[in-house]
Amino acid sequence: MTNLNVQLPGLNLKNPIMPASGCFGFGKEYSQLYDLSALGAIMIKATTVETRLGNPTPRVAETASGMLNAIGLQNPGLQKVLGEELPRLEQYDVPIIANVAGTTTEDYVEVAKAISESPNVHALEINISCPNVKQGGITFGTDPDIARELTRAVKDVSSVPVYIKLSPNVTDIVSIAKAVEEGGADGITMINTLLGMRLDAKTGRPVIANITGGLSGPAVKPVALRMVYEVRKQTDLPIIGMGGVADVNDVIDFLSAGANAVAVGTANFVNPFVCPEIIGQLPERLHELGYESIEELVGRSHRL
Amino acid sequence: MIKQERMVVTNQQEIAHHIFELTVQGGLTGEMKAPGQFVHVRVADSFEPLLRRPISVASIDFESNQFTMIYRAEGRGTTLLSEKKAGDTVDILGPLGNGFPVEQAKQKAYLIGGGIGVPPLYELAKELNAKGIETVHILGFESKGAVFYEDKFRALGDTHIATVDGSHGTQGFVTHILNELPKDFDTYYSCGPTPMLEAVQWAYPEKQGFLSYEQRMGCGIGACFACVCRTTKSETDYIKVCSDGPVFPAGVVIS
Repeated sequence: MTNLNVQLPGLNLKNPIMPASGCFGFGKEYSQLYDLSALGAIMIKATTVETRLGNPTPRVAETASGMLNAIGLQNPGLQKVLGEELPRLEQYDVPIIANVAGTTTEDYVEVAKAISESPNVHALEINISCPNVKQGGITFGTDPDIARELTRAVKDVSSVPVYIKLSPNVTDIVSIAKAVEEGGADGITMINTLLGMRLDAKTGRPVIANITGGLSGPAVKPVALRMVYEVRKQTDLPIIGMGGVADVNDVIDFLSAGANAVAVGTANFVNPFVCPEIIGQLPERLHELGYESIEELVGRSHRL
Repeated sequence: MIKQERMVVTNQQEIAHHIFELTVQGGLTGEMKAPGQFVHVRVADSFEPLLRRPISVASIDFESNQFTMIYRAEGRGTTLLSEKKAGDTVDILGPLGNGFPVEQAKQKAYLIGGGIGVPPLYELAKELNAKGIETVHILGFESKGAVFYEDKFRALGDTHIATVDGSHGTQGFVTHILNELPKDFDTYYSCGPTPMLEAVQWAYPEKQGFLSYEQRMGCGIGACFACVCRTTKSETDYIKVCSDGPVFPAGVVIS
């Protein structure tokens, strides 16, 4: 029997596959398509203190093997997430990782404290890497000192383990990873999207109303994989890896590079059944590679 | 229920300039609930191009388990789709969204379409006629070469065509025709470019109307928040064209 179980701080995962934040809403739409209890976990859409309308449209643009988005953290706000979205997810046997965003440290602390007390929230993912908001977001994730202090502040108030979501839009991602480790992070999730833009060929105007957007999809996978590999070399913190994962072989790659679990993002938009499909294929793929558990495979690229 | 299915192409042909009619067969057909719903089509098996293309359904044949889509091949994705031939398969997600409420019409309905917004009105016209509702069709196109389904609409009711360049029918927009027509209908249904939908709403403020909107989409099922619009119903929330629409009652969408 192949063992897909993965134990991470706060998270007893029946398998290492979870939809990435921002690509799965609060699960409602996908729950019409399949039983969400099949998933290892769910990373829900970023939650802020107040309701956020997000950015004007167009908010997405297709690029070569990828897409740009600048949704701008649209979400119903903390109270509605606590009162409606999280209770609705309680019917499923699946741990929730709540993505926390804000524009100030106080915002992050307020959301983290409240949302970590929800019964089905087993871990927090602190979004210090959203490239699409004017204040906060990525500014917390590109300076090691600020990232460390924010991690500390959130750790102080959270009732559940805290994972920090790293931005790839930095020169040295390892320094940010080390900083959040010093700040007391229980784990790392990586990577968020890469800042990019697309122009209209006729007019020269940016296609996205926000001018720039976050690049995701298969196009970013090599960058994400390299970053997971580098961070794994320098820290023992658990890593939930993501960035362009679209099939079971991508999952194997991220685990090999040192991720302990893997999130699937943009691929949900292309194939809404991609997560359960990958989960179904994982045992056979592991077996073919000669492994009996996920844990045996994790980090194998570092042991060659 | 939304299904994802590898459907079999039974026919594809170019019915007007760059306008393709694609018929597919499979069990997903049986899930269709109302004219105006759409499907999300994966045009390639690779990740290039990555995203699905939302395409409207022009007619449904439950008996043979087939439905027909009409789309304009203008970009990479739709051009690839136009190369599919009978016997090929195509990955389709659907049916998606909420269609036109057929039951709202009482005796006579105006169906007003522009360009690639015309297709869903054909299935709508068929279903309205089947219920004994008289339909009048006012359809706008760029030019004569872009006109399609004129005879099919004529077979179902009074049909008026406008072309921007005047090469066929009335010169101008559908609104030029609307100005000349009596207001002796109870319900209008419209699908086309947003400025056209706006103009149609302005023309009939006193009538019951239903409008189908277009927006750039990501997932097509309401999860990605790409296709949002402001709404008169809430100052603090958006509506999503893909899952709350694409058909909305007149006056709901702020465009």
